Amino acid sequence: MAVDYLYPEYEIIRNYDRCINCRVCERQCSNEAHEYLGDMGKMVSDDAKCVNCHRCVSLCPTRALKIVKSDHTFKANANWDAAKIREIYKQAASGGVLLSSMGNPENFPVYFDKMVINASQVTNPSIDPLREPMETRIHLGAKPSKIERDKNGRIRKNLPPHLKLSMPVMFSAMSFGSISYNAHESLARAAAELGIYYNTGEGGLHEDLYKYGSNTIVQVASGRFGVHRKYLDSGAAIEIKMGQGAKPGIGGHLPGKKIVGDISRTRMIPEGTDAISPAPHHDIYSIEDLRQLVYSLKEATRYTKPVIVKIAAVHNVAAIASGIARSGADIIAIDGFRGGTGAAPTRIRDHVGIPIELALASVDKRLRDEGIRDNVSIVVGGSIRSSADVVKAVALGADCVYIGTAALIALGCHLCRNCHTGKCNWGIATQREDLVKRLNPDIGYKRVVNLMTAWQHEIKEMMGGMGINAIESLRGNRLMLRGVGLNEKELEILGIKHAGE
Amino acid sequence: MKRVYVNEKWCLACHLCEYYCAFASTGEKDMARALKNVKIRPRIRVEELGGISFAVSCRHCDDPLCVKGCITGALTRVDGVIMIDSDRCIGCYTCILCCPFGAVSPTEHGAVQKCELCIRTTAGTPQCVQGCPNGTIVFEERGE
Amino acid sequence: MFRNPSGCAISGIISTSGRRFSGKIIVDSIAAMRERSNGLGGGFAGYGIYPEYKDYYALHIFYNDKLSKKECENFLEEHFDIINLSKIPTRKVKEITDEPLIWRYFVTPLPTKLADSQLDEREFVVKCVLRINTAIDGAYVFSSGKNMGVFKAVGYPEDVGRFYRLDEYEGYCFTAHGRYPTNTPGWWGGAHPFALLDYSVVHNGEISSYDANRRAIEMYGYKCTLLTDTEVITYIIDYLHRVRGLTLDEICHVLAAPFWSTIEGKPQEERDELEFLRYTFGSYLLNGPFSIIVGFEGGLMALNDRLKLRSMVVGQKDDMFYVASEEAAIRVVQSDLDRVWAPKGGEGVIITLKEQENLAKAG
Repeated sequence: MAVDYLYPEYEIIRNYDRCINCRVCERQCSNEAHEYLGDMGKMVSDDAKCVNCHRCVSLCPTRALKIVKSDHTFKANANWDAAKIREIYKQAASGGVLLSSMGNPENFPVYFDKMVINASQVTNPSIDPLREPMETRIHLGAKPSKIERDKNGRIRKNLPPHLKLSMPVMFSAMSFGSISYNAHESLARAAAELGIYYNTGEGGLHEDLYKYGSNTIVQVASGRFGVHRKYLDSGAAIEIKMGQGAKPGIGGHLPGKKIVGDISRTRMIPEGTDAISPAPHHDIYSIEDLRQLVYSLKEATRYTKPVIVKIAAVHNVAAIASGIARSGADIIAIDGFRGGTGAAPTRIRDHVGIPIELALASVDKRLRDEGIRDNVSIVVGGSIRSSADVVKAVALGADCVYIGTAALIALGCHLCRNCHTGKCNWGIATQREDLVKRLNPDIGYKRVVNLMTAWQHEIKEMMGGMGINAIESLRGNRLMLRGVGLNEKELEILGIKHAGE
Repeated sequence: MKRVYVNEKWCLACHLCEYYCAFASTGEKDMARALKNVKIRPRIRVEELGGISFAVSCRHCDDPLCVKGCITGALTRVDGVIMIDSDRCIGCYTCILCCPFGAVSPTEHGAVQKCELCIRTTAGTPQCVQGCPNGTIVFEERGE
Repeated sequence: MFRNPSGCAISGIISTSGRRFSGKIIVDSIAAMRERSNGLGGGFAGYGIYPEYKDYYALHIFYNDKLSKKECENFLEEHFDIINLSKIPTRKVKEITDEPLIWRYFVTPLPTKLADSQLDEREFVVKCVLRINTAIDGAYVFSSGKNMGVFKAVGYPEDVGRFYRLDEYEGYCFTAHGRYPTNTPGWWGGAHPFALLDYSVVHNGEISSYDANRRAIEMYGYKCTLLTDTEVITYIIDYLHRVRGLTLDEICHVLAAPFWSTIEGKPQEERDELEFLRYTFGSYLLNGPFSIIVGFEGGLMALNDRLKLRSMVVGQKDDMFYVASEEAAIRVVQSDLDRVWAPKGGEGVIITLKEQENLAKAG
């Protein structure tokens, strides 16, 4: 095309005083943004190819590189900002739906950042987690409704199938295909070492990872890819994916070029075919159909495993969750509109769904109002960014959280949001062999374990500050939260008071 | 004895090991200052062909041919580490011919050079290992 | 309404032989811990004090005015057969002021109403009590058990005891509370003990798990209107004991659940039981410092939080057991004790009448 309407958003700045022409930037960029000019004896860069993933910046041994936002600008316009204009240029050129990756980056309120946590002063003591036991262990599953006793009057341990976790965090569903084998292995090994769970997503489970089955949640989604008896049996729990926070109401699409080798075999579809997950499950058009699938999966696994139903946080989430809590599901997972994805239509990612904090607060309240909160556990994701978010989510009423993006960042992801191109320089969202090998699971799993260990320490510190030494005493304990800068309606939905009250 | 090992499965052919190696022997604090406009002569080299790559440096053999072949006694085995005394080396390159791994190389000063596990550098531990971004090059004890 | 964090003094005395003794003893005991109270609330629960009406629910009610009394009595007449009603006898004490109207009713549910409700009798009474307390403005039922009664007011506990002429009552068990709230609600209903049916709770501490406990118990029809720890503890005990059928011992393992690491070290049978309780009733774990004495028909239960962040001492002399925040409060009424001990954190002390134990064995 003769006219390029798009000026690069980011510029690669090279400090030639520091560049030693080692060419690591050139070798590591899958977008081929760097080039060595032999005759001139210098490195040059093409800003247009840069996705701002920081791979070159991170590996440059002399710190000669940085990426800056271009100050090239359109005429100032409070209505037509640069992003909107650029998107129109792209669509005018391609005629296609805009695609994006990772979570909604738009400027909506982040309620987690408008809530603060309590601490003990004088009237009750705070507890020092370094000196006193501090329990973060949780269980996910329904609570028994009946107490059965043996002939001596001793309680029988008739607990329903459930998951036991050392801390209230799990790795959310990311399929083998959307992320690499090495990323999957890293998460699986981290989950096993930590005593928590990771989630296969809708892509089946690679046979080499079956050995981590007792720390695996196997997902059944609308495409039913990779679902078979051994798959269901191998996991500790089964998740039915009804929706995803990044793209509520639509299905998934893994392009045929990514369906190669092990991915094709694990998904049980021929190489090169597009893997299309329909928007709805075509056997679930209503809540009673969901109940049938829940019980089909329970039958298939002889009622030994809890079933999770995952939904996206949408306007009517409380009523939907109430229906799910009566459908036989043991756990409800709710994914907020900030939740990540390997690829989603930009408009859907950025404009559909509601914030997880509000969804969680209203679901927890609704289930309590209806007296069915003990039927199910609640897991929330999209997006939990720190241990403080975990504490706030639990205080709002969650039993546990799912983290996806945070775990990927621990693996090296720099949130360049170009997963959909399949050229992830960090070896995460790619199937290209030379790129996949950049994520060594020996390093990756350790980093994820480190992150979770750090969060656990922080969670314990915050709990101790509140004078709480068991996480179940934090669950739904909304008096431990106060809002800052929230209006009456927001406070009402969150069920918290304003700071100072 | 701890040696430098390379797992080619994880080698990215980024060649950073070569630069960290070259930098280690300069004694400089800043790599840009040390290596700017310098043609490096690292003691570790990445070999690559057809998508396979791995770094090669001295194996510190138990029965080292280079030491056997050295006509001046410049190469010696000290506590398992094969060291080069550049004052004694006359640059005959017999060792280069002897080494089956190509781990000894010439320098512009005449004497040969080879990996000495960074024992003489200010860092003290092998810098190729420290600088490897993917845990490919490791410094560890394996069964002798 | 705001939560009222508080420090406090508690005391309890029981005769396991069921011998009735004067309420003066408990007043003397709690008076010894005057510096643990600040004059903003004191109260007592006495068991076995109404032998002549032992088959009737004794409702003790505060009224703000005659209007609320009228409205409440209409409600009572619709739902209960009122056998006897009277003002609760008090004496003028200069330290106790602003008293509401304080009435006592001995009642039994109207058989037709009870049948229509399809509830068991105790559940029916609970529903009625909660209804009055939430729906009738200015009326507050603060005692609703059989053959027991709660007496409480704003003031130091020994003054409250004199006010209610506690020395004129005789019972087999008494508990007492002196309050040290860190703000000033100045409402008589906010004093302790807090009671529902024959369960009464006196409590010293501040539980950090309050809102988790509250929101969990409110799922089962309770409404925490006072925002005090004691209220929510009472409801939890009522729910676990009366509704879910847990034993008192099991309830101690819920309220002050052992740490998972402790549970894992137990023999299999006990471990199963403890795991079941913690898994199922984790929301009722009371977290943070507390010592409580729970009175009930035929006994008394004392419990500390699992870290023992509040003091509590137990003493025994023959058939008499004494529980108090401080040993001094026991020594002042019985200096010659057979034994004295401080129960460990989370270790419940359950003392029941011998007669009941014998009944249980026979049953």
